[in-house]
Amino acid sequence: MILARGLRKSFGDFEAVKGIDVDVRRGEAFGFLGPNGAGKSSTMRMVAAVSPVSDGQLRILGLDPAVDGPSIRARIGVCPQEDTLDTELTVRDNLYVYGRYFGLPRKEVRSRVDELLEFVQLTEKSDAMVEDLSGGMKRRLTIARSLINRPDVLLLDEPTTGLDPQARHVVWDRLFRLKQQGVTLVLTTHYMDEAEQLCDRLVVMDKGVIVAEGSPLELIREHSTREVAELRFGVGEHDALAEKISDLGDRVEVLPDRLLVYSQDGEEVIAKVHERGLQPAAVLVRRSTLEDVFLRLTGRTLVD
Amino acid sequence: MAGLDHAAPVRSSAPANLLAGAARLFDYWAIAYKRTWKGSVISSFVTPLLYVLAMGVLLGGFIEGDPDKLEGATSYLAFVAPGMVAAQAMTTVFGEVTYPVMGMVKWHKSYYGMTASPLGVPEVILAHLGFVIFRVATTCAVFLAVMAPFGVFESVPGVIGAFFVQLLIGAAFATPIYAFSAGLKDESAFSLVFRLGMIPLFLFSGAFFPVANLDRWMEVLAKLTPLWHGVDLTRMLTLGEVDWALAAIHVAYLVALTLAGWFWAVRRLTRRMIS
Repeated sequence: MILARGLRKSFGDFEAVKGIDVDVRRGEAFGFLGPNGAGKSSTMRMVAAVSPVSDGQLRILGLDPAVDGPSIRARIGVCPQEDTLDTELTVRDNLYVYGRYFGLPRKEVRSRVDELLEFVQLTEKSDAMVEDLSGGMKRRLTIARSLINRPDVLLLDEPTTGLDPQARHVVWDRLFRLKQQGVTLVLTTHYMDEAEQLCDRLVVMDKGVIVAEGSPLELIREHSTREVAELRFGVGEHDALAEKISDLGDRVEVLPDRLLVYSQDGEEVIAKVHERGLQPAAVLVRRSTLEDVFLRLTGRTLVD
Repeated sequence: MAGLDHAAPVRSSAPANLLAGAARLFDYWAIAYKRTWKGSVISSFVTPLLYVLAMGVLLGGFIEGDPDKLEGATSYLAFVAPGMVAAQAMTTVFGEVTYPVMGMVKWHKSYYGMTASPLGVPEVILAHLGFVIFRVATTCAVFLAVMAPFGVFESVPGVIGAFFVQLLIGAAFATPIYAFSAGLKDESAFSLVFRLGMIPLFLFSGAFFPVANLDRWMEVLAKLTPLWHGVDLTRMLTLGEVDWALAAIHVAYLVALTLAGWFWAVRRLTRRMIS
């Protein structure tokens, strides 16, 4: 569905994407995980055929965006990071006019609008003005809008950034349903839980390059341990204490507010910490996540 | 859910050409206008009436109806009527392609939604300009209709011709100002555009007095402005005294400005949006 080889994007002297290779297959949910500024959105804009490729090869649905931009855009759905809804139109009219941009007949658009309003649970809000909607509702409307042309690929740039936890879960639920229906999803996110929930396969991006690729489980298995023991000591003590317990796990990471000890058995780590007479203010044992993978690969956390 | 049936027979497509693409935006502009037209309908009747009374009837009462001094008009009202229509065409355009354009690029970002579809920047511009010309058409049609009973028009074909000239004046102002707005980062420049652009044009382009009354150098300057060409062309038609050679120059000037503005607009908005 999407194929990139040595894909680059520069803005003047600044290189946002520094040569990436990507293959997205039909029906999968593919993610770009990385912090802000990793080059995810620049990549997405190129894939959406609204931003020219600086160098390398890019094919979307087998087409070259430099030549067939309009044809590509006719067959993809785009849910941008920033809402571009028409705030002075009603919810229904937003979907309706958008369907018309795709050259769909009026009658066809009207029936799709009703279906999509139902799908994103906005039927009751159909005559409300967009400016009166909550952030979560606007997001769902944007998703509905991106589905009006029944796209072969749906691109979602940070689909839940800025939403409260409840609204995020509603969005995830809808995206999960789309995935079940066989819609190819491509999304960017800097939330590791979002990537874990939705993505079959993902690439981890940092500073314009891909640093790892695989399914969430593969990435965790490959780059982290099964469990993580989080230890919280007093402020400023973490660096010194890290040395004292560095032999307790495969690896110890020092964060400003806590120590992370990577090990197959987190409880055992904590027991040994106590045996050594250390008294952490708080402890937590959890499974490794993509956050740990990212930390391992880049030495930094995802959300700064 | 049945709504996402990928085997659906109706497929979206890229538009066949620029015009077909712009036509896809018709419903957007129609729906947007439906929400706002009521606010403008009363003023579009009252404004010309006030102008005709104040400028034509009251001020005109102090001015001798000498055709030699009024470019062939037998009354000041007949002289000023075409000027007022042309000036109205211009001010309508200034209103429509300044803040609204910036709103669609910068504030609401509606243009970005449009160009995520198969439509491109030229289609988006053409549709917006089409709407602007529609606004000029309705405003000027009302203006001409309100003035007709005052007996300021020589002939029906002349008025119809004058109406189409207003669309040309509208286009000649719309494309370059649109281009300016499309690339503008900050709206504060608009107040300068209005004060140093629109108002001097409005006052000194022969709409309200013959430019021959100006100093020689100011007269030359006035005759270089697009509004003077529009006013003079409109006046020829409403007074029924057409100098065809000069009229051709007026038309050529306004068409050239429209085209130059169009290419500039496409270039500037593309640079702004496609990076």
